[in-house]
Amino acid sequence: MKQLKPVTTISGMMKATTFGLTVASGMILSGCESEPEGISPQQFTDALHKVMESDRAVYTKQVVNRLAKDEKVIKASEHFMDEKALPLPAQMFRFGAEMVASKTDEFSYSLQSLWPINKQNAPVTEVEKTGLKFISDNPGENYYSEEELGGQKYFTAVYPDIAVAPVCASCHNEHKDTPRSDFKVGDVMGGVVIRVPLGS
Amino acid sequence: MKWLSWGGVSILLSVFWGWSLFAKDQNARYLIGETTDGHHQIELACNSCHVAPFGGVELIQEACTSCHGAELALAEDSHPKSKFTDPRNAARVDLLDARYCATCHIEHRKDETHAMGVTLPEDFCFYCHEDIAEERPTHENVPFTDCLNSGCHNYHDNKALYEDFLVKHADQPALGVNPHQPARNLLEQVIAEQGFVEPMTQAGADHPASLDVSSAILDDWLQTAHAQAGISCQGCHQGKDADDWVEKPGLSACQTCHQMEAETFMQGKHGMRLAVSDELPLSPMTPAMGRLPFKLESIDTELSCTTCHGAHRFDAQKAAVESCLGCHNDEHSLNYQASPHALLHELEVAGQGNPGTGVTCATCHMPRLEGARLQRSKPEGSELEAKAVQVMHNQNDNLRPNEKMIRSVCMDCHGFPFVLDALADPELIRSNFNGQPSVHVKSIEWATER
Ligand code: HEC
Repeated sequence: MKQLKPVTTISGMMKATTFGLTVASGMILSGCESEPEGISPQQFTDALHKVMESDRAVYTKQVVNRLAKDEKVIKASEHFMDEKALPLPAQMFRFGAEMVASKTDEFSYSLQSLWPINKQNAPVTEVEKTGLKFISDNPGENYYSEEELGGQKYFTAVYPDIAVAPVCASCHNEHKDTPRSDFKVGDVMGGVVIRVPLGS
Repeated sequence: MKWLSWGGVSILLSVFWGWSLFAKDQNARYLIGETTDGHHQIELACNSCHVAPFGGVELIQEACTSCHGAELALAEDSHPKSKFTDPRNAARVDLLDARYCATCHIEHRKDETHAMGVTLPEDFCFYCHEDIAEERPTHENVPFTDCLNSGCHNYHDNKALYEDFLVKHADQPALGVNPHQPARNLLEQVIAEQGFVEPMTQAGADHPASLDVSSAILDDWLQTAHAQAGISCQGCHQGKDADDWVEKPGLSACQTCHQMEAETFMQGKHGMRLAVSDELPLSPMTPAMGRLPFKLESIDTELSCTTCHGAHRFDAQKAAVESCLGCHNDEHSLNYQASPHALLHELEVAGQGNPGTGVTCATCHMPRLEGARLQRSKPEGSELEAKAVQVMHNQNDNLRPNEKMIRSVCMDCHGFPFVLDALADPELIRSNFNGQPSVHVKSIEWATER
């Protein structure tokens, strides 16, 4: 695995992990002990993904599934302001990604799918297309590649996004814009794509 | 000799242009083209937009967002910069760099500028939404020039146009059950904030003894919320020191209590010249400087708070119609008096209509807004904030695209489908809504049929 150029030093990493990633920084540090030259982009994105995946699962299970599906005290809605409802898990994820983007360009991430409710979440680049296909054909595996976008080279990692709670499947299956309505708990519903710019 | 005179002329020219570059009152020489209707009032305050000499596009962008950013956030901008900074959109950004306002809104190109200050060809939605018909078969034969000017979509503000909103309000009748605008409650807000306030009597007027104040003036004052809220003559007329008497208090005096009104006044066409930096203070706006049809007799009237509100009486009725029509002379304004809205206003003033049922110029163009929509001076999320009703003094806030009025104004009284059609009908707008819409926007059917 290609090592990151000096831009992504530990301090750079720490700066990059702006949303209080104790898990991630822990892994970065331990990664460094065995590889003094630095950590690989893959270790970086793997660590980031652990945090993203966990936060996303917690929000979906402890907030959305519990309050909207089990206790039925509040809805989750795309128009959460107008409806005085909970933001959808996908919106929660995107708002975080947008806030990160406003703070750093050392990494970026997004949630996508081959069966998107929101067509803007369909894969765009070749790596996204191949990666999403790969993770849905090979459950449990991630996809790593490199690509050039807008004249900049990126390390791009694609991680499966799994229906961790019953609401994931039910909400998507019932949505009028969904191209697929047979999701069930445990299915790969899409993927998280994380990009790290390489070198300069 | 020839070289010498060439050299001399060059030096003279460069001294002249160099001097005028730094002499701010010479700014007009550097205008590189006629400015848009949005900015022409402040075109000589170059540094409002050109913040620094060598700033480049990023600094211009900062200038755009420093005036328009908050408004875009409130509108829940459908195409925020953050949608385009992700590297996966690099190919799109290559086609149309939507990260920067100035990609679509180029200034100083009046001839190429069309509706909403856009300088791109009208069908620019095509760049990213070329394949929309695959997802929405109803859109199959709709030309891309229609996306934005048919009453269906806006680039930024779609708060009243998104699909679920259309569906949710699809069945509303043309007129609601209890049509009225919210009541103003500034006095209640002041009382809530300060606890009890003692209303004033004539004895409390507190003007300098040497000043002969007519009983008409005192009478006017006694009838206002100012007297109710315990504001004496000194409250407005006092200068820096206790015995300083200001003959004609201006914006700065009003602003001490009416921050939000002043702030929004300076965001709009009436007051924006006063918001420009102190470095090159601009004179107040006058109709003569405007680009709309105005009445000749008021062409040189300078605009400040008392221009519309008058002094002492601060008659809100006057400020809501009479003052507007004192200057504005376009067809929509002139047709107001004969409109159904004006009739409702007359009935309310005559005590024959319920409070809030009259519709004035201000009802639509300077609407009373509830709660957090406007509040900047109250603690965020406080009870005070939730209940406050304040008057938006930026007449431009909901003007264009006119769908911005749907939620902030029209739906106080009318059902959504009627409003959507009415606002898409230029002829109906010209006649000041005297009649029924002759245009029909199909978006609601398209949304409910899906
Ligand atoms: C209450 C409804 C709801 C729930 C619950 C929900 N989603 Fe979604 N999801 C949506 C909507 C609507 C979108 C599109 C939102 C957008 O992009 O603005 C979306 C977007 C996505 C996307 C991006 C592709 C697409 O469809 O646009 C993925 C992947 C996804 N969701 C997976 C999940 C998973 C996994 C869960 C559970 C952890 C989940 N969703 C829970 C409604 C829901």
